[in-house]
Amino acid sequence: MRFLPWTIYLTLAGALLALAGGRRSAGTARWIALLTAAGTWILTLAAATRFVPGPGLQTLVDLPWIPTMGVRYHLAVDGISLTLLVLTGLAATAGVLFSWNVEERTGEFFAFFLTLVAGVYGVFLSADALLFFVFYEIAIVPKYFLIAAWGSTNREYGAMKLALYSFAGSAMVLAGLLWVYSSGGAHGFSFGELTHAAANLSRPGQIVVFALVFFGFATLAGLFPLHTWAPTGHVAAPTGASMLLAGVVMKLGAYGCLRVALPLTPLGFAYWQTPIAWLAVTGIVYAGLVALMEQDLKFVIGYSSVSHMGFVMLGLAAANPRAVSGAVLQMFSHGVIAGLLFAVVGRMVYDRTHTRRLGDLRRMQLYRLLPFATTVFVVAGVASMGLPGFSGFPAELTILIGTWAAGPRWAAVAAVGVLVAAAFTLRAIQLGFFGSADQAAPADSAGHPDHAGLHLSAITWPEKVGALLLIGTTVLIGLKPDLLLDWINPALQSPLWHAVLNGGAP
Amino acid sequence: MTPDYAGLFSALLPEASLVLGALLVLGLDLTLYRRHSPAERLSLALWVGMLALVTAGFQIWRAEPGPVFGGELMLDHLATATRLGVVALTLLTFGITQDSPAPRQSAEYVAILLLAASGLLLMAAAQQLLLVFLALELASLSLYVLAGFDRTRPESAEAGLKYFLFGGMAAAFLLFGFSLVYGATGSVELPEIARQIAAQGSNPLLVVGLMMILVAFGFKVAAAPFHLWAPDVYQGAPAPSAALIASASKLAGFTLFVRLLWPGFSPAAGSVTWLNHGPGWFRAVAVLAGASLVLGNVAALAQTSLRRLLAYSAIAHAGALLLGVLAAGRAGPGPLFYYAFTYGLATVGAFGVIAVMETAGRCERITDLAGLHRRSPLLAGCLAVFILSLAGIPPLAGFFGKFAVFSAALQAGGIRGPAGGLAVLAIALSAVALYYYLIVLKQALVAGPAAGARPIRVPRVTTLALLTAAGLIVWFGVNPSALLSLF
Repeated sequence: MRFLPWTIYLTLAGALLALAGGRRSAGTARWIALLTAAGTWILTLAAATRFVPGPGLQTLVDLPWIPTMGVRYHLAVDGISLTLLVLTGLAATAGVLFSWNVEERTGEFFAFFLTLVAGVYGVFLSADALLFFVFYEIAIVPKYFLIAAWGSTNREYGAMKLALYSFAGSAMVLAGLLWVYSSGGAHGFSFGELTHAAANLSRPGQIVVFALVFFGFATLAGLFPLHTWAPTGHVAAPTGASMLLAGVVMKLGAYGCLRVALPLTPLGFAYWQTPIAWLAVTGIVYAGLVALMEQDLKFVIGYSSVSHMGFVMLGLAAANPRAVSGAVLQMFSHGVIAGLLFAVVGRMVYDRTHTRRLGDLRRMQLYRLLPFATTVFVVAGVASMGLPGFSGFPAELTILIGTWAAGPRWAAVAAVGVLVAAAFTLRAIQLGFFGSADQAAPADSAGHPDHAGLHLSAITWPEKVGALLLIGTTVLIGLKPDLLLDWINPALQSPLWHAVLNGGAP
Repeated sequence: MTPDYAGLFSALLPEASLVLGALLVLGLDLTLYRRHSPAERLSLALWVGMLALVTAGFQIWRAEPGPVFGGELMLDHLATATRLGVVALTLLTFGITQDSPAPRQSAEYVAILLLAASGLLLMAAAQQLLLVFLALELASLSLYVLAGFDRTRPESAEAGLKYFLFGGMAAAFLLFGFSLVYGATGSVELPEIARQIAAQGSNPLLVVGLMMILVAFGFKVAAAPFHLWAPDVYQGAPAPSAALIASASKLAGFTLFVRLLWPGFSPAAGSVTWLNHGPGWFRAVAVLAGASLVLGNVAALAQTSLRRLLAYSAIAHAGALLLGVLAAGRAGPGPLFYYAFTYGLATVGAFGVIAVMETAGRCERITDLAGLHRRSPLLAGCLAVFILSLAGIPPLAGFFGKFAVFSAALQAGGIRGPAGGLAVLAIALSAVALYYYLIVLKQALVAGPAAGARPIRVPRVTTLALLTAAGLIVWFGVNPSALLSLF
């Protein structure tokens, strides 16, 4: 347990080493990045085996950092953060594997990549709101460079939009936290201290502060209508980066909502609960419908991410222990599944066919050319639809059951979203990988000689390893969700969430 | 009061060393080094100048704290920290001075840099209006010359003239303001002025005098609407001059400002909330701060010249620093000093990168930075640290400067006070600022080099200066208490 903070330090060191190694050869940088990511993942797993679930954060390090303002370097872990730490290690490892073909400025790519991962580890380990914020911002900047320098479609636009949205969101969070800190007379930035301080604010003050902090974090979680950065950013990002973005970075926002915003002021939450829930279900259905119409396969996945993150936000808004534990499970599950989908679309398909348009792909009938990729995509799609046996099923089911208790109408609309998700996923599988009979007629392929006799390079070993890791995880959690729920549920008994989780239902 | 000349002498030793250093530089250049090559003369001048600065720094470190010469000078924590900060920033400026702006006059350039630094040191400690004026003029006159030093380029002359004309006007305002304050209170000593204002309350004469002083300082720190000189000076002046104007001069200026306003005129601050109307400089400074924040950040969006972008960003930062001045009444000058010093480090560094690039080729437009990561990874990496610190990204020092100032401002009057509202405005505008900072970094780190762009060789001293500045920014960011707990 005590060694968990080393995930941050080792990843940062790995970033520097990769930068230096990249000057020698691309291969050196790759292996350094892989060893770092896998090594830190093993650290999180080792910690998980020794973890004793319980309410409240278990302190790892606690040192004064800025004594004049009561800021502490306080790292701690509970079941929720441990779940997400394991996810981060997995997503980082898989991300490196699927970035194996980055040839240009490889060292710098992995340096930015690992810096981002270090920031994410830091966020999940922080037990002091300011420290949390610092790591949160450390995670923002590398995203810009990863997308702007190594991305594809419209990358500079996507990168800038993503960076500005994230930064605007974090500015809202900073304003809210400083407001609580200064007006509430807090002596520090620990979560409990801030909650006490927020209680000193007037009712309108609490409502505004909650809105600042919650919607600031929700921007990064892709809550409708603040989600528009997500599809463009995901599509523009290189594969490894979009796996991280969808896999863990969006979780940062949701985790911030859960860890910082929800407990901050129960009064503010009670005021905003219904709007948030409606925004979440709107996002689920709206993003699902957009995904149904999109012609670009990566946009389909991008919008499906927004839709699935809507379930997380809905679970948080429903605010009972079951819904929230489902939300955390969904964070994990979506992190794995979205990573898998982006890996197939960005790395396995796009890097070989150089197109993501469904109209082009349907003519290629990829199931013949890339059977492995097709299998992986079908598995990921099925998992994403929430079929039993995969992690999406227990997660979304728990959220829906929990939400039903809080607001049956929300659950009903969200259930429609599940149907829409099935529709757009099946459409993506069908059009993207199997094509349709009439389009595959010989006359047509003769009209497109570039696709006739198309030869695509074989799937490489890093792709296979990465895909199998992710598939294995989603199946494992799908079959035995209690592995994670046994960590998550005790953590929700923490006194910090007591007021919100037991008084939140309307 | 018995004059304590021995105390005055020992308190002024740092300034004396700088002046002696300046004379030594000139003398050596005129005699022993007369026939040497320009490069050798420049490096001699720089080394002697650095020696003088290090000596001055050592003397500042050793100086005894407390009032000097019956309170004419005040050597408190703020003064000592600011003086050390000025010395450090000037040293870095020396480090980035590599190609003399006027090849045959490197010794003069270095000597004037030293004189400017001695004026700035005096500003940091002065507590008497006449001395304040003298210190400010010594620094300003030197800076006018430095801005216009490159006689081979008309832009430099324009910068010098513009700076001089605006500065002269500001000096007139300052002197007029001081004389009105003297007329109203009968003293030029800040503690006595404070006593008088507290005793007699505010009167129109005092208010007019105060406003004039604010105008002058608004000019000095390039706060809107008195910022008009800044973009032209930043653009035209030789890079080391611009670096000094943007860093050490700002730091000393803000120290002087906060010393003048809080200990001197604090009874005339007026109410700290908008709700209570009353005369006072608090709201006037708040207006300056708000105007600078908005104008600086918005105008910077439209810039294509790197130096002008830095100028508008400097105006925006001046707004945030003025917020620190407002907050200093309650939180003390710690946040303000931290912000001003680390801001100075980042600007000196950015101008250092510009200086190297100008020696190697062109660095006018932001697009001239394209491909810097290929041409010199060192410069690109350092520039990233400086720019991200200016943008306020943790864990760099710029973030904690903002954090400390904003939280102090919020504590000064709550969210409803002008300072609180301004803090929220400043936080919101920092998202705007990220856009133009990222535009700069996009060129440096993402874009490919232009055809025919060659690798840039960075001189060893400049490498050291840039790495020091970047290292300090990271160090003070990771460990902000190193500075914040001084006060």
